[in-house]
Amino acid sequence: MDTETKPSATARRQFLADTARMACGVGLLGLGVGLYARHARALPPAAIRPPGALPEADFSAACIRCGLCVRDCPFNILHLAKPEEPMSTGTPYFVARQLPCEMCEDIPCVKACPTGALDHSLKDINKSKMGLAVLVDHETCLNFLGLRCDICYRVCPVIDKAITLDPQTNARTGKHTLFIPVVHSDHCTGCGKCEKACPTEVASIKVFPLYMAKGQLSSHYRLGWVEKEKAGGSLVAPDVEHKYNMPEGMRYESGKGLSSDAVPPAPTSGAAPGTNSGLPKAFQGGKL
Amino acid sequence: MSTLAQLVPRPGADAIVAKGWLSAHKWLILRRISQIGILLLFLVGPWFGIWIVKGNLNFSYTLNFLPLTDPYVILQSLLARQLPEKLALTGVVIVLLFYLLVGGRSYCSWVCPVNLLTDLAYWLRVRLGLKGSAHISRPTRYWMLGMTLVAAVVTGSIAWEMVNPVSMMHRGLIFGLGLAWAVLLAVFLFDLFVMRHGWCGHLCPVGAFYSLIGKFSLARIRLPAREACNDCMDCFAVCPEPQVIRPALKGIEGTPPVILESNCTNCGRCIDVCSKDVFAFGTRFNTTMAGVPQMAPK
Repeated sequence: MDTETKPSATARRQFLADTARMACGVGLLGLGVGLYARHARALPPAAIRPPGALPEADFSAACIRCGLCVRDCPFNILHLAKPEEPMSTGTPYFVARQLPCEMCEDIPCVKACPTGALDHSLKDINKSKMGLAVLVDHETCLNFLGLRCDICYRVCPVIDKAITLDPQTNARTGKHTLFIPVVHSDHCTGCGKCEKACPTEVASIKVFPLYMAKGQLSSHYRLGWVEKEKAGGSLVAPDVEHKYNMPEGMRYESGKGLSSDAVPPAPTSGAAPGTNSGLPKAFQGGKL
Repeated sequence: MSTLAQLVPRPGADAIVAKGWLSAHKWLILRRISQIGILLLFLVGPWFGIWIVKGNLNFSYTLNFLPLTDPYVILQSLLARQLPEKLALTGVVIVLLFYLLVGGRSYCSWVCPVNLLTDLAYWLRVRLGLKGSAHISRPTRYWMLGMTLVAAVVTGSIAWEMVNPVSMMHRGLIFGLGLAWAVLLAVFLFDLFVMRHGWCGHLCPVGAFYSLIGKFSLARIRLPAREACNDCMDCFAVCPEPQVIRPALKGIEGTPPVILESNCTNCGRCIDVCSKDVFAFGTRFNTTMAGVPQMAPK
């Protein structure tokens, strides 16, 4: 009996040892693969997914890295990530500064996708959310400097909706207007044309993946003026008319600023030429 | 097995004498034509703008008509909780049916581009007389397969595709290699210096997956003349999975003269190198001729 069990016990021990060795080796490899895959979850800032791409976590599960979107893009803007690039190997992306999305109306890249990693329910390219443009550098943006560059605004395929030019007073000169490009996330598709066209050496407006570019208010926040409009009146207490202490003959009107009750006096009445009494002194161009 | 290389310095030499060079390399040549031909079908698009096949081995679209999908990558996608669209699923069905017909691991020997690399490594290994090989058991590939599937569940992504040398090579050749060459060089050197048939024969989870399809597949290597075997060992020397030959060749425990073991890659090299014409392609059926009806397919 003893002589019979001995070899089988040895064999069993050997088997268990071999199995454990194999399991440990493969397990360690699996851990490495898993961690590597987790790291690639966060898309690098310059890499923009094609239109209709599912949120990144779903995308890395649904995209089978076949490259059909790359092939069917008529402008050849898409690449498949190489192993050394910091994103899921073999997944498609484009770099806006090199070649932005041309926003084809028939969206051939989405049609080509065999798995739906590019969501087939996207029918209107203007509804795509590839990323979000952000005016990242106010110090170098030419419009911020007071020039009329406006290029990002002009090239935007969703002109006047995704980017608007908001006039602001140029405090530097005191007499000009800054036309500040403002991106509106509900219309911006993230195509990247603005970034591509930005004339500064390094783009001052850039497209980022949504998760990087978009803030979010806390869910309990309410905007008073929106709530007021919805309710048709103040929700807290009736608005009290504000009492101002104004110089004689001046009054303040909400939304309009200071104005004078009196008809502007004739220049002969002693006021300096060019004075517009409807504006505060700082904006009259003269020395204070 | 290190003595094998000494025993048979040039496996297939007898077959060349008996059948002539061409006959003794018939299946090898056909296989290389298949491997390179399939690769070229993918490459004439990006190279010359002749779009016959678009995509890569994970999913390809032939003439905008025939979808072919790798069932293994779709399985991982499903485990990562994503249901693919109809086109990809259609491709899965077609590929599964095809490999049920021709043998699961035919993918490895007739399609997979990494096989060109590892075959070259093995050829060099024999030519350079490199002896010795690390020991990793062949079933390790099923552990690897399991690991990749678990990784898909745990990470919620097709994690294995990040590092898979098979798709990395095929995609790399078509869409740009990048640093994938380093991974492929590692596989090549591993097979050359560390382990005989190391990657394809022991570790690759893609092959392991296809071998599971192959459990039930139709096309098989048969041994219609196994009595003629003169024990020259040439078939063992060239076979990438030599453990599959012995039971069928020697009729161990009444094994019928057909290789039913699912890790046979249907490469046909044994047919080439056998001077006695022991082997031939056939189907898994009619195994009763050996008088062991209980071995008929399940």
